[in-house]
Amino acid sequence: MRARVYWPVTIAAALLVGLLAYGLTTTGADTTLDDAMARGERVEPPARGALPKLGGTGAGSLADYRGKVVLVNVWASWCDPCRDELPLIEKAHKRLAARGGTVVGIDVKENSGAAMKAIDEFGLTFPNLRDRDGSFVRKWGQTGYPENYVIDRQGRVAAVRRFPVTQKWLDETLPPLLDEPA
Amino acid sequence: MRAPLAALLALALLASPAAAAAPRASLPDIEDEVMCLECGTALNVSTSDVAEQERDFIAQLIAEGKTKAQIKAALVNEYGPRVLAEPQDDGFQLTAWLVPLLAALGAVALVVLVARRWRGRGRAGDAATAAAGDDPALDSDDARRLDAELAAFDR
Repeated sequence: MRARVYWPVTIAAALLVGLLAYGLTTTGADTTLDDAMARGERVEPPARGALPKLGGTGAGSLADYRGKVVLVNVWASWCDPCRDELPLIEKAHKRLAARGGTVVGIDVKENSGAAMKAIDEFGLTFPNLRDRDGSFVRKWGQTGYPENYVIDRQGRVAAVRRFPVTQKWLDETLPPLLDEPA
Repeated sequence: MRAPLAALLALALLASPAAAAAPRASLPDIEDEVMCLECGTALNVSTSDVAEQERDFIAQLIAEGKTKAQIKAALVNEYGPRVLAEPQDDGFQLTAWLVPLLAALGAVALVVLVARRWRGRGRAGDAATAAAGDDPALDSDDARRLDAELAAFDR
């Protein structure tokens, strides 16, 4: 009788431990992008899927901007540091637009009404996509708000900023990428 | 006088099932079935900025007269299915449905196994008793002590 019970109980316990380990390992932030940046490498975007357009119909993708230098700004209107950063991001967009670049905002975890209110409040002119539950930016190893990623003209991630950008960082990061051929 | 009264009665009869089917939504009733997407806890125990914005959204829909079902549908439309406080039926979250089910099946199997084991023991005990006869044999010391006790009782 003992032998008959031993194996099912052992297998069930092993399955539960495995489940727990899987759950723990998949909840941490993905550092693939940060590791690549630390090595000075440019890598393909970790996620390419289409997202709903904010303030419009249909879906859009970062791939739609291939050939341009793209500053991807992860933001939400409920995030105070994001709100502080938005005027600088809008200014960066105007400069980028003049040289074959753009800012693409990714509004995360908020309803479109609240997001559109912020667009009006800050007079944002760059295109925005919606990551409704944050699952898209999670694949980019997102750890907080705001975050910024720079994509070069070949569609590779060239820089990552896990906290608000500064004018100095923008001035050091964007011009060399804008000078590169498409 | 009778016609308006009859009309009112008919209106009340028509309106009452609809009112019963869709009671007025309230924030406390919805909050515990919705997740704060940023904190990963139910909305009724969250105080983050995201939770506040979700609450404002729900309150706005309640003010517009939406039902609970309509509000939950609007939440899913705006925030995705993960906003509801119930596990999804795909990917890793499928385990939240499967583990309790498997645990319940395991518990039933264990009860059946233990019951069969006890029943087997009972049968074996009965068989041993039957084989030994109705009066189990006493050893010589016990038999002597029993005889002495009976003799003392008869006196």
